Amino acid sequence: MGLCGASARRTIASVTLVDTPLVLGPHRFTSRLFLGTGKYPSMPSMVDSLAASGTQCVTVAVRRMQLGVPEGKTLLDYLPREKYVLLPNTAGCFDAEHAIRTARLGRELGIGDLVKLEVLGDPQTLLPDPVGTLEAAKVLVKEGFVVLCYTSDDPVLAKRLEDVGVTAVMPAGAPIGSGQGILNPNNLRIILERAKVPIVVDAGVGTASDVTIAFELGAHGVLLNTGVALARDPVRMARAMKAAAEAGRDAFLAGRIGKKLYASASSPTSGVIAGE
Amino acid sequence: MTTTITVTVNGEARVLPAGSTVADLVAALGCKPAQVAVERNREIVRRADHGAVLLVEGDRLEVVTFFGGG
Repeated sequence: MGLCGASARRTIASVTLVDTPLVLGPHRFTSRLFLGTGKYPSMPSMVDSLAASGTQCVTVAVRRMQLGVPEGKTLLDYLPREKYVLLPNTAGCFDAEHAIRTARLGRELGIGDLVKLEVLGDPQTLLPDPVGTLEAAKVLVKEGFVVLCYTSDDPVLAKRLEDVGVTAVMPAGAPIGSGQGILNPNNLRIILERAKVPIVVDAGVGTASDVTIAFELGAHGVLLNTGVALARDPVRMARAMKAAAEAGRDAFLAGRIGKKLYASASSPTSGVIAGE
Repeated sequence: MTTTITVTVNGEARVLPAGSTVADLVAALGCKPAQVAVERNREIVRRADHGAVLLVEGDRLEVVTFFGGG
């Protein structure tokens, strides 16, 4: 062993970087990444992607049983409960009543009171219907649901949802499945600055840097699906998302420097050798 | 006397023996009872009640489970 190695070992401090868990109702997550389970090329690809992402909570959709189709292995068979908290969504619901019924059915499937509430405006944009969303959120909160509420990046609506008692507000970075990233970081900053509940950016993530940006802005979590599921290599993208989440969160906690117009030298400005 | 009833399951008409319960329907559909939730005429039927709730002519049922989604 050379001298350098020995001295390095003595001087490298063992730094423990701690982060608080993200608490949503009865759940405590050390991973702040949430993944969807839709659109993967295959079940093994989904299973490996979820594992590579390090997520502890995955969204699932509530849908009619396909009648007359012999039942083989179902989605639930691929999602070990000891590994993942399941978060049923109300995707595909275009009014409050549908979303409420879907949430109740999801709860009846026996996985607890968590629901990702979505009330959508129309099938082309899949943008949230703010009126229906607020209406459904009120009812579900009263019924004891732990409501994680998908919404637009409107700071006023985010506050209204918080006021009616949702557990987390989930503003869209961009339209669902669009991969456009965080379109309005300023709105997200306003939401984050005023929020008293966790803010989980949901929808719009196209690539790893989108996740990093969300966390750097201070988001408490990020939920994504298409960005991983439809990547050319979903498992590798899932790993990238994990690294991106950790990088963004660490950068946020570390506290970035302010942006300046002019340069500021990193090397000493005195002691430069003579130029004659 | 009528020996069958017709109900609507997930939008499709289905003929069942009169006196069928929700549990009978779930079994007839070949579903794993622990992996489905049932709504009857827009009201949830709790899983514990599946064996006790009798279906009647014209009931509208939704039988759902989890699928991949985001």
